[in-house]
Amino acid sequence: MITNTTARPAPKKPLSCINETSLTKEQQRELYRYLKMTRMFDEKTVMLKRQAKLTGGVFTSLGQEATAVGTAYALEPRDFIAPLIRDIGACFVKGIEPRTIFLQYLGKGSAPSRATDVQFHFADLENGFVGPISHLGDMIPVMTGVLLASRMKKENRVAVAYIGEGASSTGAFHEGVNFAAVQKLPLITVIENNGYAYSTPTRNQAACSNFVEKAVGYGIKGLTADGNDVIHCYEVMKEAVAHARGGNGAVLLEVHTYRRKGHAEHDNQAYVPDGEIAWWAEHNDPMTRYEKYLIENKVMSQAEMDETVKDLKTFLDAEADWAESQPDPTPESAAYEVFDNSIVPPAFKKEVLS
Amino acid sequence: MSTAPKSETKAVTMVEDIRQGLWEEMTADESVFVIGEDVGTYGGAFKLTEGFIDQFGVERMIDTPISEAAIVGAACGAALMGMRPVAEFQFFDFVSCGFDMLTNYAAKSRYRGCGGIPAVFRGPCGGGVRGGPFHSLNAEAFFLNTAGLKMVEPSTAYDAKGLIKAAIRDPDPVLFFEHKKLYRLPRLREELPEEDYIVEIGKARTAREGKDLSIITFGAMVLNALDAAEELEKSDGLSVEVIDLRSLAPLDKEAILETVKKTNRVMILHEASLTGGIGGELSAIIAEEAFEWLDAPVIRVASINTPVPFAPQMEDYYQPSLGEIIEAGRKLAAY
Repeated sequence: MITNTTARPAPKKPLSCINETSLTKEQQRELYRYLKMTRMFDEKTVMLKRQAKLTGGVFTSLGQEATAVGTAYALEPRDFIAPLIRDIGACFVKGIEPRTIFLQYLGKGSAPSRATDVQFHFADLENGFVGPISHLGDMIPVMTGVLLASRMKKENRVAVAYIGEGASSTGAFHEGVNFAAVQKLPLITVIENNGYAYSTPTRNQAACSNFVEKAVGYGIKGLTADGNDVIHCYEVMKEAVAHARGGNGAVLLEVHTYRRKGHAEHDNQAYVPDGEIAWWAEHNDPMTRYEKYLIENKVMSQAEMDETVKDLKTFLDAEADWAESQPDPTPESAAYEVFDNSIVPPAFKKEVLS
Repeated sequence: MSTAPKSETKAVTMVEDIRQGLWEEMTADESVFVIGEDVGTYGGAFKLTEGFIDQFGVERMIDTPISEAAIVGAACGAALMGMRPVAEFQFFDFVSCGFDMLTNYAAKSRYRGCGGIPAVFRGPCGGGVRGGPFHSLNAEAFFLNTAGLKMVEPSTAYDAKGLIKAAIRDPDPVLFFEHKKLYRLPRLREELPEEDYIVEIGKARTAREGKDLSIITFGAMVLNALDAAEELEKSDGLSVEVIDLRSLAPLDKEAILETVKKTNRVMILHEASLTGGIGGELSAIIAEEAFEWLDAPVIRVASINTPVPFAPQMEDYYQPSLGEIIEAGRKLAAY
C-alpha cells in the first residue's frame, strides 16, 4: 500500500452511513444507472477521441463519479446547478440527455451552444443547468445572482456551484461565497477535492488541511462527505439542501475523492507518485464500492447490473450515433448571436475587395 | 408613474435625469433592480440612488461587500433568470476587478447559447475632477475589443435619461459610462419631456452642424469640442461640425462616414490615452471606407500615454486642452 500519497487516503471506515439511507431500493437502482452511465459515457467519448471523431479536449470523471451523482440526486427539479467538467453525472441527474452532450463534444450545429463552445460549456435553464465557463470559481458569483432572482420572485430555489479544490484559491470563490454568506443565500458550494488541480497537488493549493475549514471564516455551515460513497454524498447533500432551503444561509460542502485520469486525455500524469492511482482504483473506486453494497444489501443482483450495463451500452451507442449523424455548423454561423440579431446585425466577414 | 424625489426647478442636472430614468424603469418593471456598493442605505457615492431604498426596498436595492466580481457575476446570474439588473461600479476604475466576469461571462453568454444577459453596468467615469489615477478612468478601450458588450456615454441630460432607459430595456449587456464632471454641471441643466422616451443605442447625434471640418467625439469632450467650434467660427470663420457618438459599441458607422463625406476633414477627440484608444478604430474605419473623401489626414487628439495624474497642473497637461483642440482644428482646415 502507498502510505505517502499526495492526495487524501481513503477514509478508514467508509460506508458508515450506508445502512441508514433514506433512499428507496428503486432510487438506489437509479443511482447505479446514473453512476454507470457517467463512466460509460466517458469511455465512449475517449473512444470517439481515439477515432479522431472528436476535436478538442476530453475530460473524464473516472474515480469521482459518485460526487456529482450523489449530490445532484438530493436536489429538486426547481434547483439550479453549475457543474464542472467532471460533473457530467450531475447533468444526467438533472435530466440532460447524453445525446446533447455528444452534440457538444462533436461540435454539431444543433448543439445547445451552436458549436460555439466546447464539451460541457452549454446551458439548459429549463432543467436548472447554468452554463459554466473555463474560469474556475466564476460560477459562484453567477449562482448568487440566480438566487437573488429566486428570492425576488419568491421561488425558493437552492443553487449549487461545483468547483474543484483548485478553484477555492480564486478571487471569485472568495467574493461569491462571502456575498452568498452575507446575503444568507441558499447557495451550496461543493468543493470536489480530488487531489489535483491539473498537476498541482492539494498541498500547493492551500495551507489548511481541509478545505471545509474555510466555511468558518465565512460564517457559514461546513460539511464533509466521502466523495466515493454515492449514498454518503446524497445524505450529506440532503442535509445541506435542508439547511439552505430552510433559510439558514449558504453551505460549503467538501467531498473527498480522487481524480484517476489526468486533467484531460493528453495529460500523462507523470507528476503522480508511483502506485497512487492504482491504489485508489483497487481500494476506493466509487463504482466497485457501490456494486458491493448493492449486492450485499440485496438491492441489485450481479445479473441485474449486467443487464443495466448492456442497456446502457445500446443506449449510449445509439445516442452517439444519432449525434454523429447531425449536420455540422455552417461556417458563417460563427457570425451570429453576439448580440440579439433582431437589433444588431450578425458580424459577418467583410469582403476584402468590395 | 411615480417620480423620484428631485429638485424644484424643472431643468435638472444630468445626475438627476439618470436617477429619474432609473426610477421610472424600476417603477414600470419589477424585474429591474440595483446592485452595488453603498447603493441602498447610503444612496450611492454620488447620491444617484438616494431615496430608492425607501421606495423599492432592500431586495431591489442590494448593498454588496466590496466585491466587483460578485456584483457583475450576480447581475449575470439574475439576468439569466429573467431579471434586469442595474449594477453600479462606484467608480468605473473598479471595473478592473470585475473584468473577468464582464468579458468572459456577460459578453459571451448569448454567443455560447447560454442565455442573453440584459444587464446594465453603470458608473461614474472620466477625469478633470482631480481624482488621480484610480478615480478618473475612461474604460471604453478596454472593452472595445470584446465582442458582446455594448457601450454608451451620454453628454446631455436628455441623452442620459433616454440612454439609461434604453440600456435597461436592451436584451444585451450595456456598459453605461457617466462622466462625473457632467453630473451636476449647470450648463447641462435641461427641461425634459414629461412623456416616456428612449434614445436608441447605436445612434450618434450631430451636436453642431458644420461644413468645413468635423470633430468626432463623445462624453465630456463634446463640450470641449463645442467650445472649440464656437471659437474657430468666431476667430477663423470656420464652420465646425461636432458629432457626439453616444454609442461606442456598436459604433454608428453611417453617421461617422456621413460627416466625413460632408466636411472631408476629421478630428477625433477623446479623453482616454491616445495609444490603443477608440480613436484608432475610428481612424481605421474612415481610412478604409472613406479614404477618397478625405482632404486631409485624420487627426487624433487625446490624452497623453500616462496614468491620469492628480495635481491640477499635471492633469490639465495630460488631457486635451481647449487650446490644443482649436490648434488642431486650424491645422486640419489649413492642410
